[in-house]
Amino acid sequence: MFRIQLITILVNFLFLGYIAYLIVKGKLREEYAIVWCICTVILLVFSFWRNGLELISRLFGIYQAPNLVFTASIFVVFIYLLHLSVVASKLQDQNKKLAQDLALLKELLNKKS
Amino acid sequence: MNEKILVILPCFNEADSIIHLIEEFIAFKVETAIQFDILVINDCSTDKTSLLAKSAKVPVIDLSINLGIGGAMQTGFKYALQNKYDLAVQMDGDGQHPPREFQKLLNGYQLTKQNIIIGSRFIDNEGFQSSFLRRVGIKYFHWLNRLLTGKSIYDITSGFRLLDQSAIALVAANYPDEYPEPETLILFSKAGFSIMEVPVIMRERQGGKSSITNFSQLYYMLKVTLAMIFSKIRK
Repeated sequence: MFRIQLITILVNFLFLGYIAYLIVKGKLREEYAIVWCICTVILLVFSFWRNGLELISRLFGIYQAPNLVFTASIFVVFIYLLHLSVVASKLQDQNKKLAQDLALLKELLNKKS
Repeated sequence: MNEKILVILPCFNEADSIIHLIEEFIAFKVETAIQFDILVINDCSTDKTSLLAKSAKVPVIDLSINLGIGGAMQTGFKYALQNKYDLAVQMDGDGQHPPREFQKLLNGYQLTKQNIIIGSRFIDNEGFQSSFLRRVGIKYFHWLNRLLTGKSIYDITSGFRLLDQSAIALVAANYPDEYPEPETLILFSKAGFSIMEVPVIMRERQGGKSSITNFSQLYYMLKVTLAMIFSKIRK
């Protein structure tokens, strides 16, 4: 075991623990936690299996293994950001509808009283 | 004339002009004996818009959060749908659209029974004509709209419109949030509604601020272009 391996494994477990903590406290919904859990597990796998990274890099035709890490992680981050934009758009729509219905109800109440 | 008519005035911080506008409407009502109701949509104003309108005995819908012109307008259409109005007229709350011009839209509707009647500045070219740059933008959207729908609407950004019951039902269900006017034309055309423009005279705004400032003009062009194209593609 190399020192860096120990550090990444430790950090990974801490991260997983923190995600679990957030879910338990009700601060993070499970559907958003899934992505984070999967990412952490992937990182964990490669922390143990150092040669795996080299192997997969060669499979993709990448000469330097770290480049695979950067490319893959940037890609994942982009996809996830897009997903968050979709979530925000949906929330905005629902928010608008709620505000409109509430305003119409308030007016109805005023008329009755 | 026995249609039930609603005039929708979306307002955001229009305390300077709202009372004057409502008074004009009431005078117009007395003068012409046209029966219609006024509805003020207060889009979470930070000034006394709502209080002033209520003091003038006009029903006011107070939105708890600022939804922008599209969301506010749609609230009015939802109200029109719920209360079974036959016609809804959308006007600006800042006094750009003089109340007496509303009769021209109504006359246009009674003559032609089109689904949507748009008040246009550019048929007779009378009254306030907007700045040069704005007119270039309007020309561009006129062209884009003709490309997408095959119809020529000259005052494409005009927020002075009369909608019949079927059009009200459509916009109550689906209305764009930002800069809704050009985009709704695509929606109307896809729904197979008939549209007619009638000449009206507009004024320069009496107070308040335009929702389109100089800095955001480019964003406006880009956003509306995308919105129009995507509205066209969307099923």
